[in-house]
Amino acid sequence: MNLILKVWRQSSRDEKGKIETYPISDISPDMSFLEMMDVLNENLISKGIDPVSFDHDCREGICGMCSMFINGEAHGPDRLVTTCQLHMRKFKDGDTIVIEPFRARAFPVIKDLIVDRSSFDRIQQAGGFVSVNTSGNTQDANAIPIDKHDADKAFDAATCIGCGACVASCKNASAMLFVSAKVSQYSLLPQGKVEATDRVLNMVNQMDEEGFGNCTNTGACEIECPKGISLENIARLNREYLAASIKD
Amino acid sequence: MSLKTSSIIRKVSMALSGLFLVVFLTQHFTINLTSVFSENIFNKISHFMGNNFLVQFILQPILIFGVVFHFIMGFILEYINRKSRDTSYVTFKGSSNSNWMSRNMIYSGIVILSFLGLHFYDFWIPEINYKYVEVLPLDQDRYYQELVHKFESPIRTTIYSVSFVFLALHLYHGFSSSFQSVGFNNKYSSALRLFANGFSIIIPLGFIFIAIFHHLKA
Ligand code: HEM
Ligand code: SF4
Ligand code: FES
Repeated sequence: MNLILKVWRQSSRDEKGKIETYPISDISPDMSFLEMMDVLNENLISKGIDPVSFDHDCREGICGMCSMFINGEAHGPDRLVTTCQLHMRKFKDGDTIVIEPFRARAFPVIKDLIVDRSSFDRIQQAGGFVSVNTSGNTQDANAIPIDKHDADKAFDAATCIGCGACVASCKNASAMLFVSAKVSQYSLLPQGKVEATDRVLNMVNQMDEEGFGNCTNTGACEIECPKGISLENIARLNREYLAASIKD
Repeated sequence: MSLKTSSIIRKVSMALSGLFLVVFLTQHFTINLTSVFSENIFNKISHFMGNNFLVQFILQPILIFGVVFHFIMGFILEYINRKSRDTSYVTFKGSSNSNWMSRNMIYSGIVILSFLGLHFYDFWIPEINYKYVEVLPLDQDRYYQELVHKFESPIRTTIYSVSFVFLALHLYHGFSSSFQSVGFNNKYSSALRLFANGFSIIIPLGFIFIAIFHHLKA
C-alpha cells in the first residue's frame, strides 16, 4: 500500500506544533498501525529527520499507551481496539491518514504524538484503591461471597486500561467514562464499599481540578473505548456521587 | 451534606431543570391543543392560568427561574467544555461516534432562547401590560382572538414552526439524556428512551400543527 501520512509534529510542550506530510510506500495490509509508524521512522532517520515520537509499550492492547488520534477518531476507525491492534487493512491504498495526539487541556503534548496523561494517575491516587491492612492475616478475597452479577460488572469496569481514548473522543474532553470505570470497579465489591463515599467525592474533585470537561452524554466515549466500558458506569458514578454528597 | 458544586452537580442541575421544563411544555401543549377544538375551553383555561394567584405568583416565577437557570447553566457548561480542549483537532469525526443533536445542544438551545424572546414579546409582555400596567378590565373571552390574530402572519407562523423543529432536536437528545444524568440507567432505560424520543418528536410537531392550523383558519 502507498499512503500519505499527515502527522502532528511538535518538538516540545511549549513549542507550537504543525502537521507535516510524509508519503510512505510498500506498506503491507497485515502490518499493525504502529509497525507502519516504525517504517515511517526508519525512513525519516535514514533521511536525517527527527523520528516521530509516539507512546507504545505492550503492543497487544493491554497497557493503554498507544494514544493516537487517527483520521478524526481515537485509535482510528476500528472499534474495540487500541492503535497497536489496528491493522493497515482497515485503510485503502492511496489513503491520506491524519495522525494527531490526544487533545485535552488535561493531556498536554510532550512531544509529537506523546501526551502527558499523569492527570489520570492523580485521579487514581485520589481514591482509586482499597486500603488493605497488610497485617499478615488479611482475609482471602475469595472467601467473601459476591453476587455474580456485581462481580461481572466490577470486572467489566476493571478492564479499563486508562488509555484516555474516552477523553480524546469526547467533544468536551470529559474523563467521566474513565472515572466511572475506576469508581464502579471498587464500589460494586464489598471490599470497596467501605471507602465508597470518600472515593467518589475525591476522585470527581480531582477530575474537575485537572481541567477535564463536563459530560453531555454524547456517548462518543463508549463507542471509542477499546474495552467497551459502558455508559451505565457513568450513571452509577452520578448516583454514587449524589448519594455521597448528601451523606458527606 | 456538602454543597460544593462540581461537574456532576452542574450536570444534574441541568437535567433537573430540563425535566422541569419538559413538564411545563407538556402542560402548555395540552392547553394550546384545546384551542383547536374549542374556543370556549381555551378561553376558560387561559383565563384561569392568567388570573389564578398560585399560577401567577408562585408557579410563574418558578418557571422563569427554571428557564433562566437552565440556559445560564447551559452557557457555563459550554464555556467550561470549550476550555477543556485548548488546541482543537485538525480532523475530528464526531459523527462517527455520536449524533448531531447531542453535539449541538448549545445551538438548538440558542434557537430556543431566541424563540422565547419572540414568544415573550408576542404574548407575555402584552399580557403583563394588559393586566398590571394598563389594568384593563377583565375580559374572559379575549385569549382565543389574541392567539388567532398572532398566527395570521405567515412569517411568525414560519418562525414558530422552525423553532419547534429545534426544540425537537434539543429534546431528542436532552430528554432521554437527563435520566442518565440523574443516574437512572437500567433495564427500563431503553423503554424510557423510546418514550422520551417519541415525546420529543410528537409534542413539537403538535405545536407546529396548532400554529399552522390557526394560520390556515385565519
Ligand atoms: C432557553 C434556551 C435553552 C438553552 C440555551 C439550553 C441549553 C442546553 C444545553 C447547552 C444543554 C446541554 C447541557 C450539557 O452539555 O449537558 C441542555 C440540555 C437539556 N435541555 Fe436545554 N436549553 C434551553 C431550553 C430548553 C427547554 C425549553 C427545554 C425543555 C422543554 C430543555 C430541556 C433540556 C433537557 C431535558 C436537557 C438535558 C439535560 C441532560 O442531558 O441531563 N432545554 N440545554
Ligand atoms: S474508559 Fe475506555 S477509553 Fe477511557 S481510559 Fe478506560 S479503557 Fe480507555
Ligand atoms: S501499546 Fe499497549 S495498548 Fe497499545
